[in-house]
Amino acid sequence: MCLGIPMKVKRIRGEFADVESARLVRAVNIQMLSGLEPGDYVIVHAGFAIQKLDPRKAEETLRLIREIT
Amino acid sequence: MKYIDEFRNQRLIKKISERILALPLARRRVRIMEVCGTHTQAFFRFGLKDLLPGNFEFISGPGCPVCVSSQEYIDKAIAYAQQKDTVVATFADMLRVPGTHSSLEKEKARSARVVTAYSALDALDFSRKNPRKRVVFLAVGFETTAPTIALSLIRARQEKLKNLFFFSSLKLIPPVMRLLLKDQRLRLSAFLCPGHVSAIIGSKAYDFIPRVYGIPCCVAGFEPMDIMEGVYSIARSIIRRKPSVMNQYSRVVTGAGNRKALGLIDEVFKTTDAAWRGLGRVASSGLSLRDAFAAFDIEKVAPLKLQRFVVKHPAAACRCGDVLKGLIRPDECALFKTRCSPASPWGPCMVSSEGACSVYYAYA
Repeated sequence: MCLGIPMKVKRIRGEFADVESARLVRAVNIQMLSGLEPGDYVIVHAGFAIQKLDPRKAEETLRLIREIT
Repeated sequence: MKYIDEFRNQRLIKKISERILALPLARRRVRIMEVCGTHTQAFFRFGLKDLLPGNFEFISGPGCPVCVSSQEYIDKAIAYAQQKDTVVATFADMLRVPGTHSSLEKEKARSARVVTAYSALDALDFSRKNPRKRVVFLAVGFETTAPTIALSLIRARQEKLKNLFFFSSLKLIPPVMRLLLKDQRLRLSAFLCPGHVSAIIGSKAYDFIPRVYGIPCCVAGFEPMDIMEGVYSIARSIIRRKPSVMNQYSRVVTGAGNRKALGLIDEVFKTTDAAWRGLGRVASSGLSLRDAFAAFDIEKVAPLKLQRFVVKHPAAACRCGDVLKGLIRPDECALFKTRCSPASPWGPCMVSSEGACSVYYAYA
């Protein structure tokens, strides 16, 4: 149910966006998010983008993990 | 793939494992509940249990929407599917969930009209293309799914669709976590909080857990490094005796959550008591349609007579409820691998691929 595959926004078309992961492109609804731009990564659930992925936070998490290990 | 491969670095996973194994917790009983079924699946899929201390117990929680759907809900869905000119649209994993006497899959084979949908938007599409059919969409899921249903309902109202109806079994996670915390038998040390429910509700929604119940919790992502770091943070918090809400999945989860999504949920739904399989009725743990959307609420438009659905014979030997509460492991149920298997499930925990019994069957 909660497959958390981050998908990259290719093109925005009103309430929908074409998103891509592993060369699979699909249209998802983006009404739950604001200020999306091509190149952003989103988490998709049941045909809707539910949250934008924050690349700086992703880096920070990786840095913290490297620090504790 | 970006944001996946970096979080599957085997060398780093091994190192976090070493750090956890070196923590001074060997004599403590550590019971961590992973609320979300996708976490349960990830633990087994990536073999993480072998990398964690033997005295750490991981308990699968009630975070699999299919597993907690009540028998009565399935019975009613079947009853709708049997009505004239009616089509039930559902997420595919609901098909095989057993009701009292049957499942949607069996009824479909017998002639009931059931179609599967990947998204609530598919149900909208289906309704537009089949204006003479009455379409009943099974709205099943948690806070992650609720805003997707809310947007679909708003769209259906805008389009003045007359043949699409929703049957809500949407549920909320924090109230059921509170119920489990009150259960003295469970003696939980910590929660691993669900990643995508938290993307919507925000990590602040769990503040009551350390404040009222004095145990830590950590929101974690679904990649192996996420889960290992989450467990490490929890273990450190147990040692320090300073319980708090931690957020390992900050690349997706914020403190306040997705406010737009929360606004949509509030616009369309109100909280209500809800029946959870195995756990019974939990106060304020469900979502039903607000009066403004009553014209789309199948329970208002075509209510079913309740007494027909009093469950007289719940699958007696099935212990899904105890599994969902974390009181027993799936392999401690007498039916497990004997009479109950994914090919012929007795209870819903064996149906969904992220149900605890199904995960144990596949991997343990």
